[in-house]
Amino acid sequence: MSKHKLPRKSTHIDMTAMCDVAFLLLTFFMLATKFKPDEPVVVKTPSSTSDIILPDNSILLTVDAKGQVFFDYDNKKAKKALINTVSQEKGLNLTEEEKAAFVNGASFGLPFNQMKQYLSIPPMEQKSYAFTGIPVDTSYVAATNELGYWIQAARTAGQDEGHPPRICIKCDASTVYPKVKDVIKTLTKNNIDRFNLLTSLEAVPEGTDLFKERSKQ
Amino acid sequence: MAEIQEKSGGGKQRPGVKKGKKLSTRIDLTPMVDLGFLLITFFIFTTTMSKPKTMEINMPVDKPDIEEKDKNKVKDYTAMTVLLSKQNRVYYYTGLADDPMNPPKVEVTYFQSKNGIRDAIIALKKRVYEERGNGMPGHNIKDEPVILIKPDTTSQYDDIVNILDEMNINGITTYALVDITDVDRDFIKKTEEANLSAQ
Repeated sequence: MSKHKLPRKSTHIDMTAMCDVAFLLLTFFMLATKFKPDEPVVVKTPSSTSDIILPDNSILLTVDAKGQVFFDYDNKKAKKALINTVSQEKGLNLTEEEKAAFVNGASFGLPFNQMKQYLSIPPMEQKSYAFTGIPVDTSYVAATNELGYWIQAARTAGQDEGHPPRICIKCDASTVYPKVKDVIKTLTKNNIDRFNLLTSLEAVPEGTDLFKERSKQ
Repeated sequence: MAEIQEKSGGGKQRPGVKKGKKLSTRIDLTPMVDLGFLLITFFIFTTTMSKPKTMEINMPVDKPDIEEKDKNKVKDYTAMTVLLSKQNRVYYYTGLADDPMNPPKVEVTYFQSKNGIRDAIIALKKRVYEERGNGMPGHNIKDEPVILIKPDTTSQYDDIVNILDEMNINGITTYALVDITDVDRDFIKKTEEANLSAQ
């Protein structure tokens, strides 16, 4: 009787295909990821049960605990148009480099007369700039209220996206109401009656109407 | 994996002549795959986490020239006013309180899960839903509870978010964030004094 020899198969698996897939996915996620932008101030947002995701093309107004207002806009194209308008109308005489620094820069909070100085310093040092916040006064009209002017100008600049930019307020939980009210009044006086408040997510309390509604789904 | 190159025995080999080692051209890709998936996991987590959540708010139109007939009238039995004050205190009363001779009963509470403002809102909703169909003059089956939120200057932003969140949680569709009046400030003051003397 002759013994049949079993063919010896290698236990090695060809990893090349798996590696391809892994790196394809990796490339996809790397390109799709938007990192959190740098923030000039630390803001601890209050929590709510609301789970609406922040829409694209939105203006983010950060209000810190002292009530200083910072402005940011996630649409770079509109930001470019915005700084051109601001530079011209407010006579800031910004150079092309300074405009580019504005477009690529993070959230800022300064009156107009400090803009040129702020934009001319290198990007790494911009983070540590002593911000004073965008001036908000109680006249609430775009002519004298600088925040109102920024919002009006940004809405005009972001118009061609199909819908005007959405305004989102990111405010610290301990900010006193009068400061928040000034920002909200500035919006409503500029005919912006719908906006978003940025909050962190918390669980819906059991037994409430919203809880019943959500558990139905 | 490290493979041991066996010495080829048997063959005649003269001393001094080195044979070129045959190295495998295969590279083990397992660590590379590991790394790839590790990075993927990292990117997946960062993408989903960075999209912030928001709550939407609609403010009443702020125009001085709205005509009297275009204004929505709040009915007395559906109305409730919530006053936000210092140290996360919440004062509330039902009704419009437009009769100075007959001031409303102002209660004080906090944002707590038991006997807090939520229970007051739920009670209001229940009462309005019971009363709206009873055929009394001015009552309409479509009536909804209306809540006016009036933050005092001493209140903080998280009070506002909390009370707006309560609207959302309890399914209150009609509410408005409006300015506080001196009458309301007076209510807070009187309630505080009454509570102090009761102690």
